[in-house]
Amino acid sequence: MTTATASRPANQQWQIHGRRAFVNNLATVAMYLAFIVAVIPLGLVIWYTIGKGLARFSLGFLTHSMAGVGSNDVNGGVYHAIVGTVEQLLIASAIAVPLGLLVAIYLNEYGGKAFATLVRLLVDVMTGIPSIVAGLFVLAFWVIGLHKGYSGFAGAMALSILMLPVVTRASEEMLRLVPDPLREAAYALGIPKWRVILSIIMPTARTGITTGIMLAVARVMGETAPLLLTAAGTLFINTNPFHGQQEALPLYVFSSAASGTPADVNRAWAAAMTLILIVVLLYVAARLLTRRDALNRR
Amino acid sequence: MAKRIEVLDLSCYYGAHKAVADVTMTIEPKTVTALIGPSGCGKSTFLRSLNRLHEVVPGGRITGQVLLDDQDIYAPDVDAVALRRSVGMVFQRPNPFPTMSIFDNVASGLKLGGGKNKDLPDVVERALTGAHLWAEVKDRLKKPALALSGGQQQRLCIARAIAVEPEVLLMDEPCSALDPISTLAIEDLIAELKDRYTIVIVTHNMQQASRVSEQTGFFTLAGAGQPGVLVEYDATSRIFSVPADKRTEDYITGRVG
Repeated sequence: MTTATASRPANQQWQIHGRRAFVNNLATVAMYLAFIVAVIPLGLVIWYTIGKGLARFSLGFLTHSMAGVGSNDVNGGVYHAIVGTVEQLLIASAIAVPLGLLVAIYLNEYGGKAFATLVRLLVDVMTGIPSIVAGLFVLAFWVIGLHKGYSGFAGAMALSILMLPVVTRASEEMLRLVPDPLREAAYALGIPKWRVILSIIMPTARTGITTGIMLAVARVMGETAPLLLTAAGTLFINTNPFHGQQEALPLYVFSSAASGTPADVNRAWAAAMTLILIVVLLYVAARLLTRRDALNRR
Repeated sequence: MAKRIEVLDLSCYYGAHKAVADVTMTIEPKTVTALIGPSGCGKSTFLRSLNRLHEVVPGGRITGQVLLDDQDIYAPDVDAVALRRSVGMVFQRPNPFPTMSIFDNVASGLKLGGGKNKDLPDVVERALTGAHLWAEVKDRLKKPALALSGGQQQRLCIARAIAVEPEVLLMDEPCSALDPISTLAIEDLIAELKDRYTIVIVTHNMQQASRVSEQTGFFTLAGAGQPGVLVEYDATSRIFSVPADKRTEDYITGRVG
């Protein structure tokens, strides 16, 4: 057994000098402050929305539409908006996710240098498209140009235009993180390229890609402007996304808040809270799905 | 099973850059051939041209010929994917597939390579036994491959490579990321594997080259940016005792490199 040497003060050379200690503390404080400043708005948004939303939120709110409900009536709900939002997101994802994944795979695994750079540039430009422009495009091209009229599907198309670049870039980043030695190991076994991509590269990047898709879905879930021009909103339940105007949660929040009557404003808050809840639910579900997957491999 | 490799006037390029120039050598079946030489002399590039992995790199191309039992592997009608099933490879860093179990890693070449699905558990057991890993992992075949130690992972990669029953096994510094015990295990393994395969191993460790190989090729390059050349290719015992070329002698005695 060794006896512990009593600790003695550090000699001159090793001591932390005043200036360095000061700068260190300053940087630490600055970091904590920045963190708090960043978190306060997030906390307030959630706190405020839930606080105001709870006043009107109930099971009945989730299961009723606004059919026959006036601005000053206190009943009514968001059922028709939830149906619309869910259908529109499913369709938008069905369009944007496979397409975005394919583009990402092309860019990362196949793309020739010049053309891939061009595609990447276009995807970046697409990321910058203001959401209302996507809505205007579908309005001009589909709703008016092809005489298809307002529909949930038109809204979904506008949303998919917004999702596509996000899914593409996120997936591409994740695919790029898959180390080349893995690809080479697979090629060296005589595995064909499409199999390498499908069975080795995609599973390796799966968790990251799922998160990217989730972010894209969450981002377009709150889009109001493009839906205003395409799905156009309604007070009634419309389960057919391919025919007739359809409501969506952000549209519901927008129109209720704009109406301004106390009953409508209460419903707007509760609908906003519903929107947040759905995003959280989706996020948790996606996380659990990829986690279960990771655990299975253990 | 094991095949003879004949290399005729092979040069390897990355785009316009010539990495290896005019290599001609014959590698006999069921022998271990070591390739030694300073970093950047093109040993690995040369090795990767033997299973056409060199061309996977953008701009990678070759001139000259590589014959595998008289079949030109760069002939236009040769499918590189099928070829690589006959010419297996083990890399410098262990690179098991991270999303797969130990079992699936070993079975991956057969399952994903589109070959006939023989009795997989049997093939996996034989490959793992061949790679001296069976006893250590037989009770946890379903565990992820990344749970193994570095040395075990490298043996897993060897098992994965021999599971597809190649005729040639290329090893690119297979021990450089391993501790001496694991290195010894792999060297023992190489000695056994040469009964069935033609083995070409790149190594920076000259003791290793003299321990495991019958033939040794010494590569070097005249200077930075110059292509690597094969200086001398002879029996390992001669290379390390009476090298014919001054440059070989300087390298193995430690005067350069």
